[in-house]
Amino acid sequence: MTKKMPETPLLDQLESGPWPSFVTGLKRLADSEQNGEYMKSLLGQLEHSYDTRKGYWKGGTAGVIGYGAGVIPRFSEVAESYPESSEFHTLRIIPPAGMHYDTDTLRKMCDIWEKHGSGLIAFHGQSGDIMFQGCTTDNIQPAFDELNELGFDMGGAGAGVRTSMSCVGAARCEQSCFDEARAMRSVINATLDDMHRPSLPYKMKYKFSGCANDCVNATHRSDFAVIGTWKDDIQVDEDAWKEILAERGRKEINDQVINMCPTRALSLNDDDTLEIDNRSCVKCMHCINVLTKALSPGKERGITILIGGKRSLKIGDLMGTVIVPFMKLETDEDFEELVELAENVLEFFADNALEHERTGEMIERIGITNFLEGLGLGVDPNMVNHPRTSSYVRMDGWDDEVAKWNARKADKAVEAAE
Amino acid sequence: MNAPTPPRMPTESGVPDHMAYMHPLLKANYGNWKWHDRPRAGVLHHVAQSGDEVWTVKAGTQRQMDVTTIRNLCAIADEYAGGHVRFTTRSNVEFMVDSADKVDPLIAKLNEEGYPVGGTGNSISMISHTQGWLHCDIPGTDASGVVKSLMDHLYPEFIQEDMPNRVKITTSCCQINCGGQGDIAINIQHTKPPVINHDLVAKQCERPAVIARCPVAAIRPALVNGRPSLEVDEKKCICCGACFPPCPPMQINDPVNSKIAVWVGGKHSSTRSKPTFHKLVAAGLPNNAPRWPEVAEVVNKILAAYKEDGRPWERMGEWIDRIGWPRFFEMTELPFTKYHLDDWRGGRASLNASAQVRL
Repeated sequence: MTKKMPETPLLDQLESGPWPSFVTGLKRLADSEQNGEYMKSLLGQLEHSYDTRKGYWKGGTAGVIGYGAGVIPRFSEVAESYPESSEFHTLRIIPPAGMHYDTDTLRKMCDIWEKHGSGLIAFHGQSGDIMFQGCTTDNIQPAFDELNELGFDMGGAGAGVRTSMSCVGAARCEQSCFDEARAMRSVINATLDDMHRPSLPYKMKYKFSGCANDCVNATHRSDFAVIGTWKDDIQVDEDAWKEILAERGRKEINDQVINMCPTRALSLNDDDTLEIDNRSCVKCMHCINVLTKALSPGKERGITILIGGKRSLKIGDLMGTVIVPFMKLETDEDFEELVELAENVLEFFADNALEHERTGEMIERIGITNFLEGLGLGVDPNMVNHPRTSSYVRMDGWDDEVAKWNARKADKAVEAAE
Repeated sequence: MNAPTPPRMPTESGVPDHMAYMHPLLKANYGNWKWHDRPRAGVLHHVAQSGDEVWTVKAGTQRQMDVTTIRNLCAIADEYAGGHVRFTTRSNVEFMVDSADKVDPLIAKLNEEGYPVGGTGNSISMISHTQGWLHCDIPGTDASGVVKSLMDHLYPEFIQEDMPNRVKITTSCCQINCGGQGDIAINIQHTKPPVINHDLVAKQCERPAVIARCPVAAIRPALVNGRPSLEVDEKKCICCGACFPPCPPMQINDPVNSKIAVWVGGKHSSTRSKPTFHKLVAAGLPNNAPRWPEVAEVVNKILAAYKEDGRPWERMGEWIDRIGWPRFFEMTELPFTKYHLDDWRGGRASLNASAQVRL
């Protein structure tokens, strides 16, 4: 017997208005031949949540052969009222870097999920996965097998390496300072074991943004943030600059560009040329964002790495902080060096973090100095807003540390001379 | 005797190669773009070093899409945009075309099919989105419904670029805050300690792990009705809900007492100012499904003040840095209470340690 469409007076109110409605989509699925019974039941439970203002899903265990993560199991707590959708699991699937798709692939994904799942897909979850939402325990394996055959792999969940994100970057942005997608693939594909068979203290997120605009929110939303930057001078297209200045006028350029530079590195000369104090520039991107045609990042591009971003649980919010101020990322060796650092941080985290402690919290507990020493990274004034203000520190190693600093300075001088 | 068929083992292929799926124009000019501009709201125009040009049309989606919606987007991409799309981190869909002539017909088609075109530059883009009642195991509220309701309100600001700078809004259905930092963040804030079902704790919860999870050490082991359970020191409890995920019998969600709080001034980029966390401005709003009108009212007030008073390129937090918090609370007519003072560890750094006051 075909199940009746449930009464959904509350959800119905979310079908009006100009924004696309997810409720209309859910109803379409509930009306479909393929997924109708399943989704009628799901709609019923969701309406019940709206009515009682509570959620009714609990976790459990579900997965695919060979992997220990990536399926988010959901069992209904009100299954007696909504039996058909009592199992409503999600498969997290890793999208192509930069979230590019051809329609052929998207259609195949739809066909697979219509056949084995609910027909509901989210592009994308907050971690960057394609979320294939809603399937029974029995259908997880066949759905995954087909997606896997299509060239897609399971994403991360739980206490492991998570699916990553990189910005559109080099694919369509002149502000890109490194090959974000390649960096992301290199790091994630080297750490897949800790994604698919997770046994870390807690989650580990890597994210990759091509410049300080940080379009994938790496600084705060990842344990290991790779952000594009450059070392030499901002490139100025003099003709475009003159054109823009004539078009917008000095006041607007002063108000919106020169005076908004956070380090006062810009100045408008009497002859209407732009003066840039590149040594004071912090590569914040503001002037380049405003004057996309006249200004662009320098030519000697690379990355800054920040560690330890996370949201409140358990000790409070943390931003990532700089551990590598600048690193080139052009040659195969450069990429290998990045992967090695990513693996070392992961290993240090696995060895030293307490259960359910994120990288940033671990650093808070053990101190940044121990973390840097553990990884063999030298200190740098770019790591701080300002040097310490507290005198409560034992400093009988001072002379040794000065010697290290001088040795590193000498190394850099040799490197620069080469 | 036949050996049993071994199960299919996964092909551990990891992150797929983006080049295989990318629009050919993007592929051809990968890493070699020169500049861009925005001819109108919802459209980006990029010019490559090679002289190639690409126009990107950005449209809002409902994120949780049924297969019909996705196939419809595919049909539009095939007919108007060379059979390729990409998605942004905020679930907008982008279509790329190789000539300016193809932009208007594509926009017309998207609008006809009910997809708003916008979300670029100084607009209000799609709200970053969690799972909520549809799929999460610990949600205090819904996600898709809150976002749908708010985007219906904010629609005019999605399709035009009329704010001082971009506005990123996030929602989260518990205090873990999967939605992340935002110029405006709309998050569940529980106001009562968990209600414990002592019959189930010993069966379902690893008690030491639950005790360790509490940020204020308010949970301790206890024997209740002869069974091992947990109890909460309700004077210490900050109602964060951190114990609920590892121990579902410690129910934190409450239809009446799980309220909604609004935070402002979060920023991820290092552009101009350094990244900042969002700050509490309003709380105690009812979890009023299906449309959450009280939340929309507060969000509207904040956006109206920012839109009127923010200078070009100032993000929400940068605008408040300039005008100061007294003026912010005055302009938005929101009450300032003792709960706005941060007494969490490190909170002293948020106090005004100077003689600089705004009178």
